[in-house]
Amino acid sequence: MTDDTLLKVRNLTLDIPVGGGTLRAVRGIDFDLKRGETLSIVGESGSGKSLTSLAVMGLLGKGIKRSADEMTFEGTDLLRASKRKMRALRGDRMAMIFQEPMTSLNPAYTIGDQLIEALLLHRSVGRETARARAVELLEKVGITAAESRLGQYPHQLSGGLRQRVVIAMALMCEPDLVIADEPTTALDVTIQAQILRLLVDLTREMNMAMILITHDLGVVARVADKVAVMYAGELVETGPAASVFEAPSHPYTRGLLRCIPQPGKTERGAPLGTIPGIVPSLIGEVSGCAFRTRCPHAVPGCRAAIPMRGDDVHGYRCVHPDGAISAEREIA
Amino acid sequence: MLPFILKRLGLALLVAFTVSFISFSLLFLSGDPAAALAGETASGEDIEAIRRLYGFDRPMIVQYLEWLFAAVRGDFGESYYFKLPVAGLIAERLQVTMTLGVCGISFALLTAVPLGVAAAVRPNSIIDRVALFLSVAGQAMPSFWFGLILIVVFAIQLGWLPPSGADSWRHFILPTIVLGYYAMPAIMRLTRAGMLEVLNSDFIRTARAKGAGEGRVMFKHALRNAIIPVVSLAAVQMGFMLGGSIVVESVFALHGAGYLAWESIARNDLPTVQALILVFSMFYIVFTFLADVLNAWLDPRMRSS
Ligand SMILES: Nc1ncnc2c1ncn2[C@@H]1O[C@H](COP(=O)(O)OP(=O)(O)OP(=O)(O)O)[C@@H](O)[C@H]1O
Ligand SMILES: [Mg+2]
Repeated sequence: MTDDTLLKVRNLTLDIPVGGGTLRAVRGIDFDLKRGETLSIVGESGSGKSLTSLAVMGLLGKGIKRSADEMTFEGTDLLRASKRKMRALRGDRMAMIFQEPMTSLNPAYTIGDQLIEALLLHRSVGRETARARAVELLEKVGITAAESRLGQYPHQLSGGLRQRVVIAMALMCEPDLVIADEPTTALDVTIQAQILRLLVDLTREMNMAMILITHDLGVVARVADKVAVMYAGELVETGPAASVFEAPSHPYTRGLLRCIPQPGKTERGAPLGTIPGIVPSLIGEVSGCAFRTRCPHAVPGCRAAIPMRGDDVHGYRCVHPDGAISAEREIA
Repeated sequence: MLPFILKRLGLALLVAFTVSFISFSLLFLSGDPAAALAGETASGEDIEAIRRLYGFDRPMIVQYLEWLFAAVRGDFGESYYFKLPVAGLIAERLQVTMTLGVCGISFALLTAVPLGVAAAVRPNSIIDRVALFLSVAGQAMPSFWFGLILIVVFAIQLGWLPPSGADSWRHFILPTIVLGYYAMPAIMRLTRAGMLEVLNSDFIRTARAKGAGEGRVMFKHALRNAIIPVVSLAAVQMGFMLGGSIVVESVFALHGAGYLAWESIARNDLPTVQALILVFSMFYIVFTFLADVLNAWLDPRMRSS
């Protein structure tokens, strides 16, 4: 482990008490993030991506139980940090961008107030300095006439503009880590690419690390350094983006990759691949591979606990030495 | 903001005119005012004489305008019963009623809002249950009964406070509690419901993600949004208290405007009733207007609509 490790998570588990027992939404996941690196977490709806990011921020709802062997951020033990320490980190060293730009700004305050608040919570600077910083960031996120925008209220801005404001707000203190949870899903398709481009450029420019949660594997391929594929609360495959895209080693990852259209390869109008079946219930223990009920290569051995295979950088959780890629080739 | 205020002001004036016309017409809706004035034994000639004397024979619109201009100058005519100017009569009584109303609504807000917030922050906790109990009890208990209990306990048995009258601030404590407690349940539940809803919204999560502390999240970010419907409710209740606290005024023998209205109706004292209706309506109009302005200040979205 080198010194530039920013975030280290080992065996993170999240339990939610529900009516008939405990829902284990995240099941012992590990990941690391270095300064300036972009990690993309992908996976179907309900696989635990948002909860994982909230767990890092210390923003889990009441009642959700978090446990881990290790969770450190810039040398701070997040498992044992006081509420006050977490507050000091949040918004300053680590910031979060949520999915819903329409509702994630407070309707009662001007965007200027909200941007300035983000800085004043952590820095003892004057209002004028904070104001200047807000203008600077609004300009950075590509908002014209920034000065006059400060006095506007969220309802006076379009969705795309609001998400730019949310991004500016997250960057006010120049955090070391930005977690973006599906930052563009709620936006028009035409604006999605712009906002994502902006986010990626800014994190590079400011040398920030980013955890980008998304459904869009096309995006991941373009911007991520590392990929973590989640399924039913587990990390089923993780590794450098190039390696995972080139040699996807878990049948679920390959299933996801078949779901994205590929320029040149996918014929116009041809149906995209889908993964048949449903995610198993996460209440109680899930023994063995959670994907086996939907996996075309499932064998009796899949019922046992599956260790991580592969090497230090690119690992996957499958009993087949090559994720049964050989079987797939035969069919094809 | 200014266009909004002017628009609301225009609307308020329009309503005020309508209400003034209606309260003026009451004079004629309740039968022949000349006959009522003349008394049951009067002859037809006497009634005609009175009709001319009071000007009831002129066109209604002329009478209305005359009455309105006088009213604007503070002249509401003379009470049939007291034979005194209505304006002075009302002014004296209004002092009592306004003191009681302002104290009552303040008491209600100062107990209901903190309780509603505390209940919403910890749903199903002890404090939430206490709040629920207080609000159910407040709604189930008739004001006169609660007032009597307070008089028995605090005035008669403990002797801490006077049981009736309006001579000092201490006379107003028990009536304030009764009147305030009447308004408290609705405000409390609206605050609680509003806070619960707002605390679940995305912008609260954003505030926490910025590193805001709980106090700031609750009061700056959540309450500011949750209080908006409460303002409108409080304004209506305030208007209601200034006009309708007849029960409380009777129980504590506070001779306020509500009590005067009740007496005047019984005595067929039309000028006094007319004036009171007009004054009570103006209170409603003024408080609704103030609530609208306050809400527009709290919620920028309202300014543009
Ligand atoms: N507060 C909660 N109470 C009960 N269940 C919850 C709660 N929060 C999340 N869950 C459940 O935990 C699981 C993981 O949720 P999470 O929001 O992390 O999924 P996700 O991967 O972000 O999905 P999506 O792509 O839809 O955002 C889901 O099954 C969800 O229903
Ligand atoms: Mg999510």
